[in-house]
Amino acid sequence: MALLTVRGLTTSFSTDQGIIRAVNGVSFTLEPGEVLGLVGESGSGKSVTALSIMRLVREPPAKVQAELLDFEGTDLLRADPRTLRDIRGSGIAMIFQDPMRSLNPVLTIGRQLTETLVRHINIDGNAARRRAIELLEMVGIPMAEKHLGSYPHQFSGGMRQRVMIAIALSCNPRLLIADEATTALDVTIQAQIVELVRTLTKNLGTAVIWISHDLGLVAGLCDRVNVMYAGRIVETGPVREVFYRPSHGYTIGLIGCTPRVDRVGTPLKPINGLPPNLMDDTPLCPFLPRCDVAIPACHRVRPELRSFPGGHFANCLADLTSRHAELR
Amino acid sequence: MAFSIRESATEMAVNFANDSDKIAPDEIPTVRFATGARLAARQFLRNPAATSGLVVLALLCLAAIAAPWISHFDPVQIKLSAKLKPPSWEHLLGTDHFGRDVLSRLLYGSRVSLSIGLLVVAFSTSFGVPIGMVAGFMRGHVENGLMRLMDAFLTFPPLLLAVTIVGLLGPDLRNVMLAIGIVQVPVLARIVRACTLSAREEVYVAAASALGASPLRIATRHILRNILSPIVVQLTIGFSAAIIAEASLSFLGLGTQPPNPSWGRDLADARRYMADAPWLFLSPTATIMLAVLSINFIGDGLRDALDPRSWRTRARAASVKG
Repeated sequence: MALLTVRGLTTSFSTDQGIIRAVNGVSFTLEPGEVLGLVGESGSGKSVTALSIMRLVREPPAKVQAELLDFEGTDLLRADPRTLRDIRGSGIAMIFQDPMRSLNPVLTIGRQLTETLVRHINIDGNAARRRAIELLEMVGIPMAEKHLGSYPHQFSGGMRQRVMIAIALSCNPRLLIADEATTALDVTIQAQIVELVRTLTKNLGTAVIWISHDLGLVAGLCDRVNVMYAGRIVETGPVREVFYRPSHGYTIGLIGCTPRVDRVGTPLKPINGLPPNLMDDTPLCPFLPRCDVAIPACHRVRPELRSFPGGHFANCLADLTSRHAELR
Repeated sequence: MAFSIRESATEMAVNFANDSDKIAPDEIPTVRFATGARLAARQFLRNPAATSGLVVLALLCLAAIAAPWISHFDPVQIKLSAKLKPPSWEHLLGTDHFGRDVLSRLLYGSRVSLSIGLLVVAFSTSFGVPIGMVAGFMRGHVENGLMRLMDAFLTFPPLLLAVTIVGLLGPDLRNVMLAIGIVQVPVLARIVRACTLSAREEVYVAAASALGASPLRIATRHILRNILSPIVVQLTIGFSAAIIAEASLSFLGLGTQPPNPSWGRDLADARRYMADAPWLFLSPTATIMLAVLSINFIGDGLRDALDPRSWRTRARAASVKG
């Protein structure tokens, strides 16, 4: 049985100017232990999707709707606040982008770790502290016992993100959402953190949703990838399929603007233009104005999700097989 | 430290639940780490200004309680034969225009002034902080209602409002306290609301909700704890303002009624003899200054002690690079 089933998830924000559909009919499933990538440029709805699943978008002004939003048999849309709070942290945990700001500056590391443990697992203070030391050791923090009494500002960014990971994994969640978890870190730390999360979640059997705009990271890490554009999933499939045989104009564009070590000297191809205003719902493909593979049919109908070999789906009318060779 | 994944540690985590069943209770090592409160207290005591402020305030409170044992003169007993005597061995701080012992009046007066200060602070905290936090946390109509009410209070000049309240309720100590407190509540509420508004948008608040913290827990542990510093600073200002406001009300005849002593009351009386008997106004002035200064030092010390980021200690040496 799927761990998480999302069907027709739509999150809209009502503003003075009108309704913004930040997430527009997103559907996907996640199996236990699966690692799913969520890629797309800024404003494509990746983070709002994650926050909507956790029901952490503030309602109102937002409105979260879905045909189905199921986590381990719990309907997240209709669950009462208490059930949702029980799931957050122990069922689904989240790591945020900015480790400098995601720890409470006035509470000790130990306090922040044990608090979550005591909240979700029925253990006494001493057991929680013991467990906190194990967790800090698990994420590679030296002298863990000593650092329980440290404050976040005494840690560097990478160390803080390790603490965040320790807290997120403390109650053995079945799903970890990493929202740009490495974006704010420098490259060497980034690699360490990615490797840490990868190994820990693999060992613990935790499913992961990696939200990132770093295609290289997602390519190396995920089993499957969802490409999002303008609040929709435009392409989905196994990572190798999507990146080696992209079947959507946007995915081609994204790959075109990723620097590659084996293509030194080749100019990057930026995607021209800006993402569409999410207020006006176009009847055509939302990527059409920026697409350089558009065919005449694109100007007449909105593309339906098409199936490609290898469990691969894309929302595009154009045939892109001729472009695949250049991606090798 | 070089990066390494500890497989064993991971397994330990996975098997944690099973582990704890196997270990006999007396084998479980007790783990302790420094708690925030203890670290903050240590930090406070390390600050010389704050510590001396605390000592001075404690001495003032002690003197107020022990007034009958320190001075044998009745603070309200008129003795015209001894009026306006300069400080001497008999009257350490001299006598006033009715021949009353100034030291005695100061000591008994501090009972009024200190309790006004403390009670007003207690009053404005118990209303201002919840109102401000609820307004900042709930937003919408609740916020609008509460804050417009506070604005309504703020439209009156504070002293005039206090005069009106005391005028309506009658001049006794409780009403004076109430009047000064009511004047201070909206100021505190506005500050608390503003701080709450910015604190609730912090990532660590979102992170706490993502870990299943309840709104009440977020409000107290994450928001209130983070906005304590500005609240404490405002409260020390409120304490000083209360002592001075009581003096103003007494001066207008609405606070402490003659012949009872209070610092402000006596200061107001002493004004007329400034040139002839300077000890009369110097003693209450100096005492008010001492009390206000020590409260301000305590406030500064608390503000620093409550914010771990401002601690400059050995802890710095323990910073981890990663």
